[in-house]
Amino acid sequence: MGRGRKPDARVPDSTVGSRTSYMPAPLLQVRNLTTRFNTERGRVTAVDDVSFDIDAGETVAIVGESGSGKSVTALSIMRLIPDPPGVIEKGEVIFEGRDLIGLDDPGIRAIRGNRIAMIFQEPMSSLNPALTVGMQVAEPVNLHRGAAWMKALDLAKELMGRVRIPDAASRLASYPHQYSGGMRQRVMIAMALACQPRLIIADEPTTALDVTVQAQILDLLKELTRETGSALLLITHDLGIVARYADRVVVMYGGRIVETAPARQLYKHPQHPYTLGLMASVPRLDGDAGQRLVPIEGQPPDLARLPPGCAFSPRCRSVTDLCRSSRPPLVAVGERHLRACFNEIRA
Amino acid sequence: MKSELDGASARLDATENGGQAEVLRVEDLKVHFPLRKGVVIQRQVGSIRAVDGVSFTLRAGDTLGLVGESGCGKSTTGLAVLRMLDATAGRIVFEGRDITRADSDAMRPIRRRMQMVYQDPYGSLNPRMKVRDIIGEPLEVHAVSASVAEYRECVERLIEMVGLLPDMADRYPHEFSGGQRQRIGIARALALNPSLVICDEPVSALDVSIQAQVVNLFMSLQERLGLTYVFIAHDLAVVRHISDRIAVMYLGRIVEIAGRNDLYKAPLHPYTEALLAAIPVADPEVEARRPRTIVKGEVPSALKPPPGCRFHPRCPKAMDKCKMAEPVLTDLGGGRSVACHLHVSA
Repeated sequence: MGRGRKPDARVPDSTVGSRTSYMPAPLLQVRNLTTRFNTERGRVTAVDDVSFDIDAGETVAIVGESGSGKSVTALSIMRLIPDPPGVIEKGEVIFEGRDLIGLDDPGIRAIRGNRIAMIFQEPMSSLNPALTVGMQVAEPVNLHRGAAWMKALDLAKELMGRVRIPDAASRLASYPHQYSGGMRQRVMIAMALACQPRLIIADEPTTALDVTVQAQILDLLKELTRETGSALLLITHDLGIVARYADRVVVMYGGRIVETAPARQLYKHPQHPYTLGLMASVPRLDGDAGQRLVPIEGQPPDLARLPPGCAFSPRCRSVTDLCRSSRPPLVAVGERHLRACFNEIRA
Repeated sequence: MKSELDGASARLDATENGGQAEVLRVEDLKVHFPLRKGVVIQRQVGSIRAVDGVSFTLRAGDTLGLVGESGCGKSTTGLAVLRMLDATAGRIVFEGRDITRADSDAMRPIRRRMQMVYQDPYGSLNPRMKVRDIIGEPLEVHAVSASVAEYRECVERLIEMVGLLPDMADRYPHEFSGGQRQRIGIARALALNPSLVICDEPVSALDVSIQAQVVNLFMSLQERLGLTYVFIAHDLAVVRHISDRIAVMYLGRIVEIAGRNDLYKAPLHPYTEALLAAIPVADPEVEARRPRTIVKGEVPSALKPPPGCRFHPRCPKAMDKCKMAEPVLTDLGGGRSVACHLHVSA
């Protein structure tokens, strides 16, 4: 990317979210975040000049398909990119007034699991199979708050009750394999909540779960963040989940943000051809069954071989020569609504 | 119970799809997996009742969707119909022949008529074979083609039919994306001109924008070739889109069968209702208005299914009766059947 781009194509801060001066500073500000991986096929830009904000208490969803950079964005914020092969090349992640990218290891470790907590997709592989569940839920409290183990375990019991694990007191001594998938994800949520974080990042938290359990877990997560006032960054490929739970949405494609808007606005007036295409291609439960879907033609982007212009240009129905040659900047098209597209704004 | 079921499905078909021939009839199918204990002398200590009394019929050109959560027996049903798993009890009648106990010699010609498309487009294609050979292998195995020229022509026709380009024939699976691989799997399944295709989660491993391409391909192939599908998936929105009728499964049993619109507009079984309510619709305004009944708990083990109605421990409308007596799948007319005491007065 970067190559051949004029600096003025970059989004000025004032347009990100079109916020006015009297509003409090956002909880998290991601600015021009760029993460690269060195692979056998050359350097791949997994996250490319990504900027967005999360306000305190807000639920923001990043939607995208595989290779869109949504998970790498989350891992970059947490500074969990394996280096090598990955490297955060550029950008800032400002959280509570500090740039997380510049922090040293003890500095970032004091934030992870404490001020920012993360919930992963596969609860079985993110829990330690050799430690009891109680120890794992108590660990962050012991580590970050310096609470004695007995006290931390008491708190763990309370947390497990809050995430509605039945019979929490007796299940503290159980191991993760003795829990079902849904219960394990509840344990993950309890761990995430342990230190009352200001931000919870949930990366596809329910993809491995059945739908009825998915609804239970997401409802619980939403309810608890509402109670504690913590913000939620929800990473998903599911437009239905976004519609149900998110306040604001960031749509990513090929490592870049193509559109961002408040959820209702995005679904009502999508402005990027990819967002539009995505919405038309997903069968809806309340839709016209039997009608042909309108798919997005072509194949998902190959990050090692992105076109010079817009990443979506090879699959776009309204592509022009300009789209193929130069990269569209992310510009405001409405209240907190930005998109990266050269086409006319849709009415 | 059996005669009642037979009557139910016969009536169901008469109203749904008048003239078409029956392709598949499944009667009270059971697939139990024995659970053994002991090293030398193994004794059976129980059985996992993966499929426990499933009945449905399917007419030519129809699509039956099988939905349910993991462990409900939908994939096992598919495998048993294809005779890749042996049925513990029940009958499978395919194109008028009872194939439940047919031996492998008898099955060989029948297998040409029934094929499967698998979920994982990465695991189901041999990485050492060229696409041409993957698609052509069934033709070879069954010695269908009279000449090499005919064989090549047939493979090329299949490649074109599933929307791949002719020059892709000499490439290997790793050169393709998930969606393209799934097209290869479909071409292979169609090579022998089957009448019935069982699709087991054929789009769930694909990216959202690619799913629609493959779903459309399934629909246009059905129109073109008159295929009959059993479409197994957990994504009710996709299933509703492609199926004429949908059977909802829970713990090895069908709890409800209905036309796709009836099922969505007026679900009768509390489990169907819960399943629908759990799936979010991609529209924030619709979501804000939708009633939300979230069922509690998770699917219990098929090793020890609850007595009575298998859904009763999670059911918000459970009555005393539900704990004791298992409701029977009963025809309510209008192409609908349900197994629930709320709707069936015994």
